[in-house]
Amino acid sequence: MLPTASDLWSIGPELWLAGLGLLVLLVDLFTAPGRKVAAGAIAVGGLLLTLIPASAMLAWDPRTAFFGSYAVDGFAVFFKILTVIATALVILAAMDSLRSRFEGEFYALLVFTALGLVLMAGSADLILLALSIEFVSLTSYVLAGFLKANPKSNEAGIKYFLFGAAASAVMFFGFSIVYGLAGSTNLYDIAVRLRTAPQPALYLSVALMLAGFGFKISMVPFHQWTPDVYEGAPTPVAAFLSVASKAAGFAALVRMLLVAIDPARVDWVLLLSILAAVTMTLGNLLALPQRNIKRMLAYSSISHAGFILIGVAAFRGDFGTPGLLIYLLGYTFTQLGAFFVAVLVGAQLRSDDIPDYAGLSRRAPVSAFLMAVFMLSLTGLPPTAVFIGKFYVLGAAIETGLLWLAVVGIINSVISLYYYVGVIRAMYVMPATSETPIPEPPALQVALGIAGLGTLIIGLYPQPIIDLAKNATLLLRL
Amino acid sequence: MGELAVFIILSAVILIPGVIVVTSGNIVRSALSLVPTFLGVTGFYIMLQAEFVAGIQVLIYAGAITVLILFVIMLTEGGSGVEVRQMNEQVPLGATAALWLAFLMLLVFLRTPWSLSPGRPPAYSAPAIGSAFLTNYALIFEVTSLVLLVALIGAIVIARREE
Repeated sequence: MLPTASDLWSIGPELWLAGLGLLVLLVDLFTAPGRKVAAGAIAVGGLLLTLIPASAMLAWDPRTAFFGSYAVDGFAVFFKILTVIATALVILAAMDSLRSRFEGEFYALLVFTALGLVLMAGSADLILLALSIEFVSLTSYVLAGFLKANPKSNEAGIKYFLFGAAASAVMFFGFSIVYGLAGSTNLYDIAVRLRTAPQPALYLSVALMLAGFGFKISMVPFHQWTPDVYEGAPTPVAAFLSVASKAAGFAALVRMLLVAIDPARVDWVLLLSILAAVTMTLGNLLALPQRNIKRMLAYSSISHAGFILIGVAAFRGDFGTPGLLIYLLGYTFTQLGAFFVAVLVGAQLRSDDIPDYAGLSRRAPVSAFLMAVFMLSLTGLPPTAVFIGKFYVLGAAIETGLLWLAVVGIINSVISLYYYVGVIRAMYVMPATSETPIPEPPALQVALGIAGLGTLIIGLYPQPIIDLAKNATLLLRL
Repeated sequence: MGELAVFIILSAVILIPGVIVVTSGNIVRSALSLVPTFLGVTGFYIMLQAEFVAGIQVLIYAGAITVLILFVIMLTEGGSGVEVRQMNEQVPLGATAALWLAFLMLLVFLRTPWSLSPGRPPAYSAPAIGSAFLTNYALIFEVTSLVLLVALIGAIVIARREE
């Protein structure tokens, strides 16, 4: 069978992103050094335009394109929108701090990574899933090691590469077992063919696949790379990895488990609940002694991965999957915002240490206030975005009978207050070493403002987001 | 019976040089030991009647990849002839974990009733692969080209000269 025109319409946003990546490369070729910001501006504009076809797809009925290999459903569209917004914000934040001859390639690679993440969230075929995961991994390794003169960035790149290659290999072995059992690479065909009694090999394959997905979402015990990579990578890249890459990892994990594995009645709820509890707790405890803001945010992102995993484990209830999506969206704005303040301070003060945030409330009052909002949101205090997400996933855990998991989650939220408030204390209470105001570059300010607005609006008026997430749980199933 | 004998011989051809790859102190020897490993895998593909994949395996892996690795060693400053220690003090721990995992997998694989496909493989697989690429797997085929493009850009960015 040949692809039809409707197949092409179904991948409109993806085609647009691919074209945009090539356009950014071309613009980079024809702009003089020092004016490469133009490439970044075009990338941001193009990404925002992608939102038009992507949001038009919200009204579509769930369908597959290209003979069942690519799913276009509310779930995939939700992640398209999330990825595009996150990428645009990251490019905005990077435009002022990044000065390199290879700036254009940086923006192009970010746009291409966004394309890979979008493909990951929509893949309904094992080959396409494997391919898009490799796509994202390849560009992420390069982005993590982008600062060639900085040994820490080199370390981040090589560490991410070695861990990622090993995790991918293990995951693809898991895929091959699924293929061997089902005789098909299509997730919907696999769902039909695995409906007979669960095979022992299927459990093994789920475990192997969890290793790979666990690496992408930095789940314990596959989390060791996270602090080193976030610390060494350029700060905008660390923000991108902790948000967009993690969200797409969750999208692929949820689609795999819910569409292909769940019909085989393999019970992975207990396993995922335990992993969620361990991930939350360990991430939190390791975040407590951190002095470097990027390492602290890395450990806190591990802990948040644990919270989001609650939503996966509680998928049988009415709140599990919507909770996961709301959490991810709120976390996206909040975490990006926190990293953007780190971009600002890192670029102006050449330091990522939390004690150097002393007196930030007077040196950069707006950024300090927003940082305080982000920290309170990451803790999960109302009226902020992550509070709504935590409310939903914990509610989902209670609804599906995982009360102990909800209790672990609440205890962890309380623990996390300590290190998040530590940043606020540094900014507002500790005396400043200098009183000179920190200049806030305009593009970064816009990115920060949008992240702050997103955090507060989702927290104060969550209804549209809840409706969007409920609509997005119409995961295409057979 | 003959099939089993060939399988065992090919497995030995794959595994013994594979051990040399990860233990040898000489990096050139490690690289060259990859050749028999790749050729053994080619043998598996031929046994599975996937002659097109077997041909590609010889061309890409046994040929191009190995030569590429040798070039990288040659172009790296002081790369060739260097004795590098591939082991550290965690070898016993890692080996134990690997053996346990292998044992567990074997146990699971032997207990799983694998289903066999009723069909027969086509006499020539290359045309079937070609038409699959341009029909049912068209999207995957196109995404592959994009992956190669970003890998190229990434390689240039990594190999750049820092100003």
